[in-house]
Amino acid sequence: MTDTLTPVLSANWGTESSWKLESYRASGGYQALAKALKMTPDEVTGVVKDSGLRGRGGAGFPTGMKWSFVPKDNPNPKYLVVNGDESEPGTCKDMPLLLASPHTLVEGMIISSYAIGCHTAFVYIRGEVLHIHRRVQAAVAEAYEAGLLGKDILGSGYDLDIIVHAGAGAYICGEETALLDSLEGRRGQPRLRPPFPAVAGLYASPTVINNVESISSVPSIIANGAEWFSSMGTEKSKGFTIYSLSGHVANPGQFEAPLGITLRELLDLAGGIRAGHELKFWTPGGSSTPILTAEHLDVPLDYEGMAGAGTMLGTKALQIFDETTSVVRTTLRWLEFYKHESCGKCTPCREGNWWLVQILRKIEAGTAEAGDVDKLLDVADNVGGKSFCALADGAVACVTSAVRHFRAEFEAGTTTPAWEAFPYERSALFATSESKEVRA
Amino acid sequence: MSVETKTEQAPAPVETVTLSIDGIEVTVPKGTLAIRAAEQIGIAIPRFCDHPLLDPAGACRQCLVEVPDAGNGRGFPKPQASCTLEVAAGMQINTQRTSEVAAKSQRGMLELLLINHPLDCPICDKGGECPLQNQALSSGGGESRYEGVKRTFPKPVPISAQILLDRERCVLCARCTRFSEQIAGDPFISLVERGALQQVGRYAEEPYDSYFSGNVVQICPVGALTSAAYRFQSRPFDLVSTDVTCEGCASGCQLRTDHRHGVIRRRLAANAPQINEEWNCDKGRFAFVSGRGDDRITTPMVRVDGELQPASWPEAIDAAVAGLSAAGRNVGVITGGRVTMEDGYAYAKFARAVLGTNNVDYRSRPYGADESAFLITEVAGRTLDAASTVTYSALEAAERVILVGFEPEEESPMVFLRLRKAVRKRGLTVVAIAPLLSNGNRKLNATVVATAPGGETAAITELELTSSDVILVGERAGLVSGALEAVVTKATAAGARFAWIPRRAAERGAIEAGCLPGLLPGARAVSNVAARVDVATHWGVDSLPPLEGLDAASMLAAAATGEIEALLIGGVELSDFADAEAARASVDAARFVISLETRHSEVTERADVVFPVSLLEEHSGTFMNWEHRTGRVNKVVRQTRAPMTDLRVLAALADAMEKPLGFRSEAQARAEFIELGTGEQRVELKALRPRSQPLRSSHGEQHEGVSAKLATWRMLLDGGRSQDGEPALAATAKPSVAKVNPAMAQQVGVSDGDVLEISNGDSWFRLPVQICKDMADATVWVPMNSPGTPLSELGVVYGDAVTVDHGGEE
Amino acid sequence: MSGHEFTSYFPESGSVDMTDTSTNIDETTLTELRELASRYPQARSALMPMLHLVQSVDGRISPAGIKACAEILGITAAQVSGVATFYTMYRRTPAGQHHIGVCTTALCAVMGGDILLEKVSEKLGIEPDQTTPDGKFSLERIECNAACDFAPVLMVNWEFMDNMTPEKAEQLLDDLAADREVSSTRGATITSWREAERVLAGFPDGRADEGPSAGGASLLGKKIADDKGWAAPKGGLN
Repeated sequence: MTDTLTPVLSANWGTESSWKLESYRASGGYQALAKALKMTPDEVTGVVKDSGLRGRGGAGFPTGMKWSFVPKDNPNPKYLVVNGDESEPGTCKDMPLLLASPHTLVEGMIISSYAIGCHTAFVYIRGEVLHIHRRVQAAVAEAYEAGLLGKDILGSGYDLDIIVHAGAGAYICGEETALLDSLEGRRGQPRLRPPFPAVAGLYASPTVINNVESISSVPSIIANGAEWFSSMGTEKSKGFTIYSLSGHVANPGQFEAPLGITLRELLDLAGGIRAGHELKFWTPGGSSTPILTAEHLDVPLDYEGMAGAGTMLGTKALQIFDETTSVVRTTLRWLEFYKHESCGKCTPCREGNWWLVQILRKIEAGTAEAGDVDKLLDVADNVGGKSFCALADGAVACVTSAVRHFRAEFEAGTTTPAWEAFPYERSALFATSESKEVRA
Repeated sequence: MSVETKTEQAPAPVETVTLSIDGIEVTVPKGTLAIRAAEQIGIAIPRFCDHPLLDPAGACRQCLVEVPDAGNGRGFPKPQASCTLEVAAGMQINTQRTSEVAAKSQRGMLELLLINHPLDCPICDKGGECPLQNQALSSGGGESRYEGVKRTFPKPVPISAQILLDRERCVLCARCTRFSEQIAGDPFISLVERGALQQVGRYAEEPYDSYFSGNVVQICPVGALTSAAYRFQSRPFDLVSTDVTCEGCASGCQLRTDHRHGVIRRRLAANAPQINEEWNCDKGRFAFVSGRGDDRITTPMVRVDGELQPASWPEAIDAAVAGLSAAGRNVGVITGGRVTMEDGYAYAKFARAVLGTNNVDYRSRPYGADESAFLITEVAGRTLDAASTVTYSALEAAERVILVGFEPEEESPMVFLRLRKAVRKRGLTVVAIAPLLSNGNRKLNATVVATAPGGETAAITELELTSSDVILVGERAGLVSGALEAVVTKATAAGARFAWIPRRAAERGAIEAGCLPGLLPGARAVSNVAARVDVATHWGVDSLPPLEGLDAASMLAAAATGEIEALLIGGVELSDFADAEAARASVDAARFVISLETRHSEVTERADVVFPVSLLEEHSGTFMNWEHRTGRVNKVVRQTRAPMTDLRVLAALADAMEKPLGFRSEAQARAEFIELGTGEQRVELKALRPRSQPLRSSHGEQHEGVSAKLATWRMLLDGGRSQDGEPALAATAKPSVAKVNPAMAQQVGVSDGDVLEISNGDSWFRLPVQICKDMADATVWVPMNSPGTPLSELGVVYGDAVTVDHGGEE
Repeated sequence: MSGHEFTSYFPESGSVDMTDTSTNIDETTLTELRELASRYPQARSALMPMLHLVQSVDGRISPAGIKACAEILGITAAQVSGVATFYTMYRRTPAGQHHIGVCTTALCAVMGGDILLEKVSEKLGIEPDQTTPDGKFSLERIECNAACDFAPVLMVNWEFMDNMTPEKAEQLLDDLAADREVSSTRGATITSWREAERVLAGFPDGRADEGPSAGGASLLGKKIADDKGWAAPKGGLN
């Protein structure tokens, strides 16, 4: 039986100069790389496959399998692209990882690149996090100086360059094909699949795209073995992962635990819901995963457990809302996010979010008409599952799950403004004496 | 002529898959998209972004279908966009006809597309032929539940002088931006902004000046893109459509011309997969109003006391016959580059059978001494289906195409588009033997063999050809001594194919019709006795003149000396000749001039008798394109202001001269021409030698400056008279600049943007200079007939020596 | 109140501001832009960093910056404009010396982000997307900035100012206005928006070693594990 929390990625966070090569090495860093370079690339892929590591960016696709899709006979260069566009509302795990221990990612990138035969790797990090860029840029520079990047890495004959790339504000670039277009200097709009990136990705060459956390997990898997990794977690959801608790909890934060921990356990660690309040609803993995309520406190937070509850594990971004929170307001604000972040390429996402926001605004303001909630659901149905990529599906999931659990609150929008039913200042962390101005 | 035909090759077996759509089995080639497979069995799935000639986008999501079985026993959980879904064996697809999931998806999508649409159909140009309107009716829900506010923008936004954008109507299908990037290679419009604010945009200082911009209006599935030319001109349901062949160049585009109340309102690209696919150029689309001005000739005119006076038809015919009779056989017949094959045949027959002379030539343009022999032996009589003939399809399938004296985008835009398609889809290699890498050839990823004018023959000789190569030769190559012969020699030796691509629409047909001094109709050399007997017999005349006639320039020169006593000129601009001033002087000096024209011109003002002839839109007939493919010119407008065609005027003159032409209508002429057929007697190139020199004035002493070879060609949009009257089109033309390479610029002492003076020794003109890397040495390039570039006034042509000098500040 | 005001008329959209053609782009900038283009296997990939650099020089995406990028990359200005108008970090109007972002996506909004934005807006006397007349501050309503465990989130020049309160915001703005030294809670000494853009373009400013390894919330799980003696199983290298 593994421990409740299993810090691996976060084990060196908070240590003196944890972001520096010297400090990272002192905690065992780059030993996995040395080990990997003595293995064949296929052996490295094999270990990652055997470990059962699944993508930590939300979709949960097996990482090793993704690597094995890269065609060996393709004459084009192979590319590894790390997705550090962390922007899913509620998601805040990759940024602290990169801030505290960028070398974990760099080491993971070198090993992963070696496995897929890549000689130029990219890390695409959202632009709005300046200090993360500084740390990653510096870590890559240190790695070059130490002979961990560039030509003939550690005398292995293997060459790799890493390019650190800044995004410029677009949630959609977390979608892997939009990220590729963005990285090619284009508008970040999703591409048609097929061809899949493994066959024709960056510059129409075979490309593996993995989340920061996924690639950062690789060094520990190589160092400790596939069995070590798969000894943690549940049957189909192997290993450890970082859970992010935010919102109305006493102590929000990051918790690295084996997959399958429950929210009840995590809330215990976080000191529970903020004093004097109780849980109303929560997201398991960012705003795009249908919301859950107190009845789901004991469902294992793994891929299967969440699917069983009609939602998704997503990015394991647990946003916790207490009973002061208007679910209508929250849903509207999420939809405003999706409306703002829709790339505009396809009709249902571009127009649907525009419309859904307007219906929700009426419901929030208490000026909705009878039938508006049904209309909301039907418009959501005309959007969901019809869009080019999953962005609009995430938006629709907010709406449908919120109505499913709290329909009465939406129906109340025909008579009562949400801010009257749920005075907004009560949800805030700090008191305000001028709450009426806020809602003007 | 060549009698070989394409060997019947068994087509490579196409791998097919069988699937079912709405329960109906259909077998289609592997890789077919579901939406296309449905079309095969007559099932129309609504769509906006889908276009068969553009890369799939999957953006509008209108074409969603249900796929209960992807062919592997499992269905797709979500509806699928049929425009991006490749079919698979055993796949089951249910469209809106059989699936409520598909039908609801489509209804929902249309509702979403319309929530921000202004619904201004009553004032929208597209109303009545609008895919959004049509599909809203066929697949939409009827009523909108949207009660919110509609997205609005200032409107319309001109994205070029010609194209206007109304963003409120746009459904963001990206057809226009994909066309511009993929097909034309002119991505001057792009999607900008994002989300609900996404829109088509251009950069303010970089207008959408593409030669192909009109296509985006045509493929726009809503009324978001309109043209200045057609905006608010008509409702689609009030228009009458006629299929025509474009007269703009030798590409042979099939167009649809729409008129209302006897006035042409617009022209559209027709669907002609073998020729222009579904595209055309802006010249073909918008330049059709030149005959509508005040300069249209509507009555015959006869010169009385030095003044042209309106005259009756009998008076004019009498005057013309008197003049022609007095001249006897000393008459020259010059026709232009835009007459139909039937009119050309009438001119050719009139010259030979009525006037008794071989002095007939259609080449009212610069040409070299070698050209006529090449045209007679290598161009005349070729057929579309001969194995050696190059076609659009052959270009698309070629491994390598070599351009000699030919700029596809400027001189045959559909050839350009087809080459670009092959470059993009198949990686075709394009090599240009040219003085510089033009923008058009850059878009073909062409490698330029930088060749100073005159160096082409050597450059061709140095080519290493294989039998899979195709050489495209432009008419400019005929100005370079030996170039045409070198092409023939090299290609023949390697077993490669070549094609001559003239610029003007009538060139190819005029050759077939016999409008060359050494060539009778049907590719029969005048020098060939048997051929002359054939034609004489067919025409029912005793004999035909045995000696090759004078070419156009020689006729003009002979008119100046009195050796030729009368000129019969149809459809010719004197400034199109190499030396405009010399041409004017010759026509001035000619004793008697008959002009057949649509509009007043430099010829009519010098003529003794002027006959008004109908515009092409009032004509029927045939053009032959560069492939040797015939295209019908159908009469569009019946209420013509000048009802006589060239052919009908010539028939009347012949009647009056009591030597009837034998036909009075285009149909009769065509029937006779077809019956005459193509001669069997082949002539070798080397057997024909030129006997004339181009008409050119001598120029003065070279003045100050640096000597350079003149490189020049006509731009697609330029100062040509056929483009008159369409200011928006003219505004999208490329600005006139002179180009030199850095060495030349340094020698002359100019830098980018400075003014360069180009001189023939006597006269000069000035243009802003653009310094062009990878350009041939000691060469200056200027556009041939653009505003500010009167090359024919200087009397200089491609390859001539000119001097260039710093022209001071602009 | 619903946060974002609903706008439906977009008179100025579709382009950067063409009325202001001023630029500071000089030969040094052009050299750096070319250098960025050379860092990638295909030059066009450098467009986003190049646009960050343009902002660091011109304070916004300037017409001159668009043309410079287009010329260096051999693409059309329309294509550059399509990219420049897609991403929210690229500005049409000059940013202030300090660019303040207040997150009002659902969680931050609920936990006080709406109140914060109101306060900051009031304090600075400008609405979101505006810049103070003295050019000191610009304000933006931002979407989720990946710091939810530190909500409500306020950013200064894209540096974290975690666990923000109205009182702290007031002090922060006063300090910045007075050019007093301010440090990010999980970052470096605050410099300026333009300097930040230069780092994002790929030109480090040497401040990577400033600031902590991690914030308190980031370390919470690890601290508990340490306290309780919890750890991952022993593995090959452990």
